Amino acid sequence: MLSLLGRIGRYATEQIAGMGRMFSFLMSAIFLAFRRPAKIYLIIHHIKTIGVESLSVVALSGFFTGMVMGFQGYYSLRKFNAESWLGSATALGLLRELGPVLSAFMVTGRTGSAMAAELGTMRATEQIDALDSMAINPVKYLVSPRVIASLLAMPLLTAIFDVIGIFGSYVVGVSLLGVSSGSFFAGMENSIVFHDVYSGFVKSLSFGLIITWICCYKGFYAPPMATGVSQATTESVVLSFVLILVWDYFLTSIML
Amino acid sequence: MIRVVNLHKGFRGQQVLKGVNLEFATGKITTIVGTSGCGKTVLLRHLNALLRPDEGEVFVDSVDIVKLPQKELYEIRAKFGVLFQGAALLDSMTVFDNVAFPLREKTESTATEIKKKVEERLEQVGLGEMGGKLPAELSGGMKKRAGLARALIMDPEIVLFDEPTTGLDPILASSIHQLIARMHATFGFTGVLISHTIPQVFDISDYVAMLANGVIEELSPPKTFRASQNPVVQQFIQGKTEGPIHVL
Repeated sequence: MLSLLGRIGRYATEQIAGMGRMFSFLMSAIFLAFRRPAKIYLIIHHIKTIGVESLSVVALSGFFTGMVMGFQGYYSLRKFNAESWLGSATALGLLRELGPVLSAFMVTGRTGSAMAAELGTMRATEQIDALDSMAINPVKYLVSPRVIASLLAMPLLTAIFDVIGIFGSYVVGVSLLGVSSGSFFAGMENSIVFHDVYSGFVKSLSFGLIITWICCYKGFYAPPMATGVSQATTESVVLSFVLILVWDYFLTSIML
Repeated sequence: MIRVVNLHKGFRGQQVLKGVNLEFATGKITTIVGTSGCGKTVLLRHLNALLRPDEGEVFVDSVDIVKLPQKELYEIRAKFGVLFQGAALLDSMTVFDNVAFPLREKTESTATEIKKKVEERLEQVGLGEMGGKLPAELSGGMKKRAGLARALIMDPEIVLFDEPTTGLDPILASSIHQLIARMHATFGFTGVLISHTIPQVFDISDYVAMLANGVIEELSPPKTFRASQNPVVQQFIQGKTEGPIHVL
């Protein structure tokens, strides 16, 4: 009985210590981001990898998500003879919820996993130790620019997802199912307020931070072997997905 | 000068270093030998505080680096150059950029000064034409040479070599040894070398230290080392499985 309690206690202590390490990793990445010299060229490079290179997958998923919302929204709204509200329903859903969450999922899969694998490989091949031994802070060099880049790129990707999603819904609702184009846009114009856009912006910003934090942490401290890199990559994606959904719930409940 | 005092280090309950005491002579090459897994790399990583000990001190120029805060530690690390086992070149950069990297990050040198110095170092290690290649396009020996050029680019006082000849054929290993000796003669750094390529490594060493069972069993010039009556040293030199060193 005592040994079982001891094991539970040790497990709990390890988990709490792990969370503390993760939090302190995030704090040092943010703190070092503001320390001179700023790594502008690295920030631009990572905006390209996080933002530009995720653009096609975000645009494609946004378009199809919007089209599905067009079909499902039309099906549901028709039951109440409210098809004309399709534009409003789609835009609200995308701006407040689906845009930030799904584009964050896409970036996690496309870029977050690559971040974890790259840093994990750098750990396994002693490249992170090499930076450290050259008196170059590896968190400042490898993590802080990615954090800044993701904070800049995520809201823009989400905005693109939202716009293309609304267009997808328009294509299905107006072109295929015969909803009036005027009522589609008029409903949207009447129901969308600044707070809807703002809450989506805040979510996308925080999801960007979650993705780089988790994926960089998992890669940075990956066990230095092949299975360690694959394990870090898997864990980073799963944990990012879960944290995005959990944090989304809290933000929604606060900002509703 | 580097001095290690009563160094203890363990991982997950397994004690690797059990009280290492060792002093590295300034301007000389000291080679640490020992069986695979005996803790040579662990010891080396303590010398520039890439690892922190469970107990004991590491003095670099009379400063105990074990508990130094990061800013002061980075000032001490500027004295070091390190050649890692796999060279640890940044694989997204060319050989030239890898060698130039410390200069770009840590000095105010102009692009012309950096170019001149990097080309000089690459020439010295025999990679004059290879600056534009990526690490993935280099052979094992070339990677080590590029790693050595990067380790020497800041004119360090101390250079740590972590098994520089591992994975190389005897001819390449010998050429790397000669290169280290030549660079040492040119720059006069204090070298700490980890190796188990004996007896070849004796030719370039001023001192040889034997790490076994978590402690330094012997520290002496190569000639004395070879003639040592210490059974641990003799077992290692003769490659015997029977003796005081426990082999699984």
